[in-house]
Amino acid sequence: MAGQTDQLIKPGSGHGLLDVYGDRFLLKLLVRKEIKVRYRGSVLGLLWSYVKPLVQFLIYFVALGIFLNLQRGTPNYAIYLFSGIVLVNFFTESLSNATRSIVDNRDLIRKIYLPRELFPVATVWVSAAHFLPQLVVLVGACLVVGWAPTLLQLAAVVLIFFMVAVLGTGLGLLFGAMNVYFRDSENIVDMIVMVVTWASPVLYLWTMVQKVMGDWFWIYQLNPMTVAVEVFHWAFWEPTLKPDQLVNDATPPGMLTLWLPIAMLITLAVLFVGQLTFRRLAVHFAQEL
Amino acid sequence: MTPQGHVAIICTDVRKQFVLRHTRSLKEALVWLVKGRKGDLSKKFLALNHVSLEVKQGETVALMGLNGSGKSTLLKLISGVLQPDGGTVRTRGRVAGLIEVGAGFHHDLSGRDNVYLNGAILGMTEKQIDEKFDSIVEFSEIGEFIDTEVKFYSSGMYLRLAFSIAVHTDPEVFLIDEILAVGDEPFQRKCIAKIKELSDMGKTLFVVSHDLDLVATVCERGVLLEHGQIVMDGEVHDVVGELRRRSLAM
Repeated sequence: MAGQTDQLIKPGSGHGLLDVYGDRFLLKLLVRKEIKVRYRGSVLGLLWSYVKPLVQFLIYFVALGIFLNLQRGTPNYAIYLFSGIVLVNFFTESLSNATRSIVDNRDLIRKIYLPRELFPVATVWVSAAHFLPQLVVLVGACLVVGWAPTLLQLAAVVLIFFMVAVLGTGLGLLFGAMNVYFRDSENIVDMIVMVVTWASPVLYLWTMVQKVMGDWFWIYQLNPMTVAVEVFHWAFWEPTLKPDQLVNDATPPGMLTLWLPIAMLITLAVLFVGQLTFRRLAVHFAQEL
Repeated sequence: MTPQGHVAIICTDVRKQFVLRHTRSLKEALVWLVKGRKGDLSKKFLALNHVSLEVKQGETVALMGLNGSGKSTLLKLISGVLQPDGGTVRTRGRVAGLIEVGAGFHHDLSGRDNVYLNGAILGMTEKQIDEKFDSIVEFSEIGEFIDTEVKFYSSGMYLRLAFSIAVHTDPEVFLIDEILAVGDEPFQRKCIAKIKELSDMGKTLFVVSHDLDLVATVCERGVLLEHGQIVMDGEVHDVVGELRRRSLAM
């Protein structure tokens, strides 16, 4: 404290996301509050974060797997589907809640100075708290059908978790800050959320896209969520296949050596742009809200 | 101590302008851009102009003025919630605001959870809150209700708990906005005693209130704002007198 007291500082200036690290205790409390408050007064409570993806999974499985018969060409289609759904849900929940986080906390932001990045970051943590139990369900299902992943595949799962969290934070900062000025931001994000489930190979196979796009397939691969979902398939779905079920092209060529590094670079760039925009716009949050 | 040693707050030629925006949609903003930025999308309002002020450590300053004179804006600039459009604001040490107590409260959480959440929002560490928890509850006179959700609190209990947390945050500079009217008379006396105690401990106090008799007892120095400018700065009783004279003349 003594060190701080003998110099004059400019109030309300921070170091962006670095301040969030310094305020870990407050971040923890905000996340805990959010989780407590989210399902208050509901009988099922946190169970809702299982029920919702489960219903979503069943709809897709019945409609696409059975009616459109995708499960015939794709062994263990249920695993294929569920591993993509949980990951995309993590992303969409992070993004849409982070986008609303600044406006939702306007009472606080208008009155007390805090590193404002805390709010979007906290929402991503809350989404992670909903994602992890679903991941446990996924792992359970995989084990039932004989999942035998390599260490590399397990490491890839952890990496993808962080990559998607960073991507959600970056976009959340960007749209959350814009939402203060233009509430259109929420609608844009709703649209992104709708598109993202279909713009990654969650419900179908990447080979179907390649057949249609041909030489332009690389554009599809530039979407970091596409790569994230493909890596999840590689880590969860592929190791459950029996030798006689093996699909030759479970993942696009160069996925780990080319596309994953590109996706990570894009993700970091998004975080950078998001943080930069957020800091520029955050100066006037209190008066614009 | 550094050469400027004892200064707690310095405002130099501060200007703050508010934009009263009428539109909140992208469409209207785009139309405005396409039309070559013709017309004003918004109205501007100058809340503070050429405000220069220096507060020494340990001083107790009352900021006075009629509604809309810019008192709260100045307080928000000092706390860092707002940034000035011109000039500079600098502070020394941790600044905490008793600005609208209970802003960080969440209705669905218990009093206990709110003490931790609000304490952390006001900049306390986990250890500090643990240490002061009992003292916070005792001062607030909430007692056994501490584990009840705050939405069931009476407004008095709510304010008492919020005030109690705020005075336990122990910053160097206290910003107090219109909250001395907390609770019933005995609690109010307790608050004032607490604030005087803080000032005796050498804390810097910066108080905004319309209760002129009250600020005159708590503070030594008075600053009078009118239409965003400082019109008087001096001994608190003189400033109170001046404000009363001006109000009567209106």
